[in-house]
Amino acid sequence: MKEGTPHSGGVPGFFTGLSMPIATHVADPGNDRSRIDARNDALFRGILRVCALLVLAALLGAALSTLWGGREVLFGDGWHFLASSQWNPVENRYGAWAPIYGTLVTSLIAIVIAVPLSFGIALCLTEVAPLWLRTPVATAIELLAAIPSIIYGMWGLFVFVPFMAAHVDPMLDSTLGRLPFVGALFRGPPLGLGLLTAGIVLAIMIVPFISSVMREVFQTVPARLKESAYALGSTTWEVVWDIVLPYTRQAVIGGIFLGLGRALGETMAVTFVLGNAYDLSASLLMPGTSISSSIANEFNEAVGLHRSALIALGFLLFVVTFVVLLIARRMLRSLKRKEGNA
Amino acid sequence: MTQFRRIAFALGVAAAGFSAFATAADVTGAGSSFVYPVLSKWSATFAEKTGNHVNYQSIGSGGGIAQIKAGTVDFGASDKPLDAQELGKFGLGQFPSVIGGIVPAYNIDGVESGKLVLDGDALAGIFLGKITNWNDAAIAKLNPGLKLPDAKITVVHRSDGSGTSFNFTNYLSKVSADWKAKVGEGTAVEWPTGIGGKGNEGVSAYVKQIKNSIGYVEYAYALKNNIGYALMTNAAGKTIKPGNAAFQAAAATADWAHAADFNLIMTNAPGAEAWPITATTWVIMYKQPKNAANSKVVFDFFKWSLEHGQAQALELDYVPLPEALVKQIEAYWQTQFKH
Amino acid sequence: MSANVYRRRYAKNVVAQALASAAALLALMFLAWILWVTVSRGVQAIGVSLFTKITAYADQGGLANAIIGSLIIDAMAIALCAPVGVLAGAYLAEYARGTRMGETIRFLNDILLSAPSIVLGLFVYVIVVLPMTAATNGSITFSALAGSIALALIGLPVIVRTTDEMLQLVPSTLREAALSLGIPQWKLTVQVLMRAAGSGILTGVLLALARLAGETAPLLFTAFGNNYTALSPLAKMASLPAAIYQYTNDPNPAMHAIAWAGALLITLFVLALSLIARAVFARQKTSHE
Repeated sequence: MKEGTPHSGGVPGFFTGLSMPIATHVADPGNDRSRIDARNDALFRGILRVCALLVLAALLGAALSTLWGGREVLFGDGWHFLASSQWNPVENRYGAWAPIYGTLVTSLIAIVIAVPLSFGIALCLTEVAPLWLRTPVATAIELLAAIPSIIYGMWGLFVFVPFMAAHVDPMLDSTLGRLPFVGALFRGPPLGLGLLTAGIVLAIMIVPFISSVMREVFQTVPARLKESAYALGSTTWEVVWDIVLPYTRQAVIGGIFLGLGRALGETMAVTFVLGNAYDLSASLLMPGTSISSSIANEFNEAVGLHRSALIALGFLLFVVTFVVLLIARRMLRSLKRKEGNA
Repeated sequence: MTQFRRIAFALGVAAAGFSAFATAADVTGAGSSFVYPVLSKWSATFAEKTGNHVNYQSIGSGGGIAQIKAGTVDFGASDKPLDAQELGKFGLGQFPSVIGGIVPAYNIDGVESGKLVLDGDALAGIFLGKITNWNDAAIAKLNPGLKLPDAKITVVHRSDGSGTSFNFTNYLSKVSADWKAKVGEGTAVEWPTGIGGKGNEGVSAYVKQIKNSIGYVEYAYALKNNIGYALMTNAAGKTIKPGNAAFQAAAATADWAHAADFNLIMTNAPGAEAWPITATTWVIMYKQPKNAANSKVVFDFFKWSLEHGQAQALELDYVPLPEALVKQIEAYWQTQFKH
Repeated sequence: MSANVYRRRYAKNVVAQALASAAALLALMFLAWILWVTVSRGVQAIGVSLFTKITAYADQGGLANAIIGSLIIDAMAIALCAPVGVLAGAYLAEYARGTRMGETIRFLNDILLSAPSIVLGLFVYVIVVLPMTAATNGSITFSALAGSIALALIGLPVIVRTTDEMLQLVPSTLREAALSLGIPQWKLTVQVLMRAAGSGILTGVLLALARLAGETAPLLFTAFGNNYTALSPLAKMASLPAAIYQYTNDPNPAMHAIAWAGALLITLFVLALSLIARAVFARQKTSHE
């Protein structure tokens, strides 16, 4: 089955040839139309290229401006800035390790929760739910993306944090918290706020991003592929797991990156529920901080070296994202290679 | 090419049209969020009276200082005064605008609002993480007759840089050598203990939710949102209830006359009735403005506000400046600023 | 034996479908929860004055200028980032597949997705606001246009990512069929592929709009904000998220209610747009088929 399934990423070589002007296919040099077509094609291609380069320019510009803005701290303090977890605006000593740690942990929690949840939603909306229910439910879930992030923050602060404090935290502390090793992750006072709460709120925020991309791409799977599998007696689950998911894998991963990107950079929602302490604690129930919430918290009042340190944090977020995405791609490539050998 | 030129010309004309539209008697200020409600209220009334729009946005004191230096706004507003050197370097002047108080806010089972008494030492001890229990002797001796629980204290501070934190830590630095040495003062500091809430709403929500916690918020916020607040023993040794009279007493007894450019922080004021954590926000302007017409509107606005805006300030739980101080400010305008 | 296998497969299928439905239910539950909290806290502020009064605290403030401002800024932002994003996505999917350049841009686009919005706002402050201030000698400084450029940078990578993915999923047979008819590449891309992937591309644009419509931080240093109503793209302009941000920090609980009402407005606004867009798209699709 697998060989017969075109992977969206590795499209047959024929298409790489598309970048040639089409006019060569319509071999009639004297034909005006083909000449105009060729010119239009070149023009079109040029415009598209410029647009793509704009993306490049935006990212490079933003990254370089943070590098420039944070130069005093990045080049002045060097490794100390990366390795230290001390953050002291009064004495102008800054270390970025606590925010980096918080960013990575909360995003990881968010992805671990959001990916299976989104997959379930996409599965439900493309295969399980009755037809008339699919569009309304899909629109409703997309609406989760429309809620401003400050509202996630306020809802988290006023409603979800007390809920976590009253129900989830004590439960975790008395069950998972008792386990050896893993237990350390779930022990702590029932404050309600902290890394876990922030991770859950992030997960809710990125579910609509991941699930709507998954749903869209699941729908693009040619019906004949699914139909033939059903005809062979496959169950719905088997069709989705063995046919739909491999066919759309590249795009699904794209959707996950979309969510991961949002989780890494999300600010307001996290700031209100994370506890904002420059601490490194093993427990997910304890407060922490993140790169973007540190910036959002302190930027408005910061001057001098303090401001430079915050902009340098912004640059570090670019670096952290770069590294995270690079690792993710490596993992995918090795996964692909394994599949190729099998 | 000619077409390109035509488009460029059209864009230019459009831009010119828009800019004429945009500059119709609007003046702009930016900075401290502490004064946002009262400046907005004053601005609305001033607009009704004069037709001039004073557009103030709270982007933070640091932002306000940066923007006035960059020349993108007509005035800045900061919870922390600039020193003479910095004012001189950029050709800026500053003056106070309105007064408010900061109160310790708490949530202790069985202790109603206004019943707990603290002094500078006890407050510093709690926020240093040295006093960790509510029944600690240092708190008990200030509160004879009050039954304090044997419970761990959770400290809540502001996570965002803020003038509120600046005045709070400035006060603690004045009253506790230990605090001054270990933490110091600033809009953001390295807190020895506790959790951080964003904004007044963040701190008050955490204090309300977490039992046996203590934080600090603007008085108006505590009052309007039913958050328990503590009484404080002031520099004169008297226990004071926070309120407009106590804030005004702090402003009146502060030694403004000898403070060049009003560079004076009102915390731990000497007056017998003075609330110890009282704060103001400074308005910062160019002495020789680039845009003289706008600058004139700003002066008109603050002159009107300081002389006639008292009732509206009180409505929003701010305290207007004492009359003597207003006179002093107006004299400062005459001598320092070019109109 | 085979009955056993069948039973196991059947059970697995039932469990998977049940879990999938539970996942959808859970997401809906959170949506209902958040919306309920927003409505119940904002309901006392929902009324005519929300739309007629401005944020300058004339009596009790409203959101009129912020609503108008957000409409203008968001519309300009989408107008800026949707065409660029869709075309850039098309470039990645149709012209740069497998090329090093394409891979690089795709990778950088993913990084741009997670750039903290305040950093993008600061970037626009440096490249738009400061030069504008210098060029006009301070008569134009912050502007709605600068705000919408900052928001466009936030929406752009979302649109690029989705357009790229959606175009790649258009079956190759469609391309082959069109090319064999001698259709030029640009026509193929615009009239065949983009139409085929239209629903997905639209989803991307809507997600981008949803994301940028709620942003506060990048607007503080670009569009700045305005207590009064402004209409010019070169004026300082109010926006709903910034007004929400101001009102939540206000001591007065009545202002908090306005903030919640404002949040509800943003959510409903994006909801309405996505419904309209989907309806228009659905009609177009059926009329073409």
